[in-house]
Amino acid sequence: MKLPRWIHQFGSPKYFYELSLWLSRWVAIVCVICFVCGLYGGLVLAPADYQQGDSFRIMYIHVPSAWMSLFIYMVMAVAGGIGLIWRIKLAEIVARSSAPIGASFTFLALVTGAIWGKPMWGTWWVWDARLTSELILLFLYLGYIALQSAFEDRRVAARAGAILALVGIVNIPIIHYSVEWWSTLHQGPTITKMDKPSIHLSMLIPLLFMVLAFKTFFISTLLIRARSEILEYECNASWVKQLLGSNNVTK
Amino acid sequence: MSLNEFLSMGGYGTYVWSSYGISALVLFINVIQPVLRERKTVRELQKRFQTMQQHQPDSKS
Amino acid sequence: MREYLNIFFVILRRDLILAFRNKAELINPLMFFVIVIVLFPLAFGSDSALLKQLTSGIIWVTALLATCLSLETIFRSDFEDGSIEQFSLSRYPLTLLVSAKILAHWMTFSIPLIVIALFTGIVLSLSSQTISALFITLLLGTPVLSLIGAITVALTIGLRGGMLLSLLILPLYMPILIFSMLAIQNAAVGQSITAELYFLAGILVLAITLAPIATAAALRIRLS
Repeated sequence: MKLPRWIHQFGSPKYFYELSLWLSRWVAIVCVICFVCGLYGGLVLAPADYQQGDSFRIMYIHVPSAWMSLFIYMVMAVAGGIGLIWRIKLAEIVARSSAPIGASFTFLALVTGAIWGKPMWGTWWVWDARLTSELILLFLYLGYIALQSAFEDRRVAARAGAILALVGIVNIPIIHYSVEWWSTLHQGPTITKMDKPSIHLSMLIPLLFMVLAFKTFFISTLLIRARSEILEYECNASWVKQLLGSNNVTK
Repeated sequence: MSLNEFLSMGGYGTYVWSSYGISALVLFINVIQPVLRERKTVRELQKRFQTMQQHQPDSKS
Repeated sequence: MREYLNIFFVILRRDLILAFRNKAELINPLMFFVIVIVLFPLAFGSDSALLKQLTSGIIWVTALLATCLSLETIFRSDFEDGSIEQFSLSRYPLTLLVSAKILAHWMTFSIPLIVIALFTGIVLSLSSQTISALFITLLLGTPVLSLIGAITVALTIGLRGGMLLSLLILPLYMPILIFSMLAIQNAAVGQSITAELYFLAGILVLAITLAPIATAAALRIRLS
């Protein structure tokens, strides 16, 4: 299959490098606005939950980071697949740079879940289906990062990582269902459900802002990470020489 | 609502603020690390190109 | 088609012969399997009720670890002496070679492992329902272990350290472990285990179709 030309143009490292700075700044501004709105709405405006009291406010970071952890894995696998099939360097870079961000969101989802669990369940850790599958997801991320750092050649590393991410993405639904099945059979403590069937609007709107904030945070930091990756990938290309070399002359 | 009331979070203050604190820390690291890395890469490459420029005329003469 | 089948069986025969010639490599992972199983009664005491509950789980977890160790060598000699590269240059698809090698690995490692597992199950006085469930889950599960494992082995081949391999493999093995243990626990209390077995069989079919392709792709990356 042939790709339309504009994708290749956007995928050219030089073009992307020029665009990304501008893009990452604007996205960062949107991100900060969303964070301010979400935090103010979530911490101040939203009323305390009638069952969980104020502890439900942890939801405003737990839920978005849990969503992002899965979303970023998907981005990683799709970008890796694109890099594998069409050999687009930029896709490889996106896949590589996503991994640490995704791992840190997964870590956040786990830690905030445990902290939330302490007042709700009475213990830090419960073998709850979501926490367990989140933990396995963290292992998948760490495996990917370990594989990346084991190779010396970046391009080989990116392609090997793409295969691992694709295998992981096939596995994730299986892991999810197996863990869900397993935990419903082993359910020890009576769990107060974290998600309510209906959530009040004053609680929902801050959550949506936080989700948006996390998403834009991912995009913005991904762009910055990609910029330095591009420079390292392309350190022998003429446009990098021109860009950084001429800077020096003018100084 | 007083500040104290806000900070205590109805008795859940430690849990809420510790999780928000950890998140802030992780997000901060995620911002600062790539920025520092890009700066370092740019500086290294600039240095490299500088030495290349200096050496080129030498090798010609 | 006929030709491909021929090639497949030629490779399979070659790998089986090679495996039986190198007996140490064949026996070591199985020894590991037995020794680790023996460690648990030493740790928990010989006739505790706890041990009886744990035995089938211990056998499964140890099977995972032993598979992990034994898989390490599946492509190594062929990769080092260049036969995989030679094969990738031939007009036959690399998936053919890969699937034959995986099947050979399953026949030479997993079948003895299942026999030993059943034997230890009987010796450690598991109930007959548990043993039959153990048998079926191992029969359905171990091919998946070999198939998924082969992908990661192909990715990490030639890299230093076997630690990385187990780090990559074990998270992918978790669903298999979960379904198998659920089936065994259900069987122990006399409940139906068909749902878990269907799931395991589904995963097996998925792995048979996709894993050889992924393994071949991974090998190609490592060759380039």
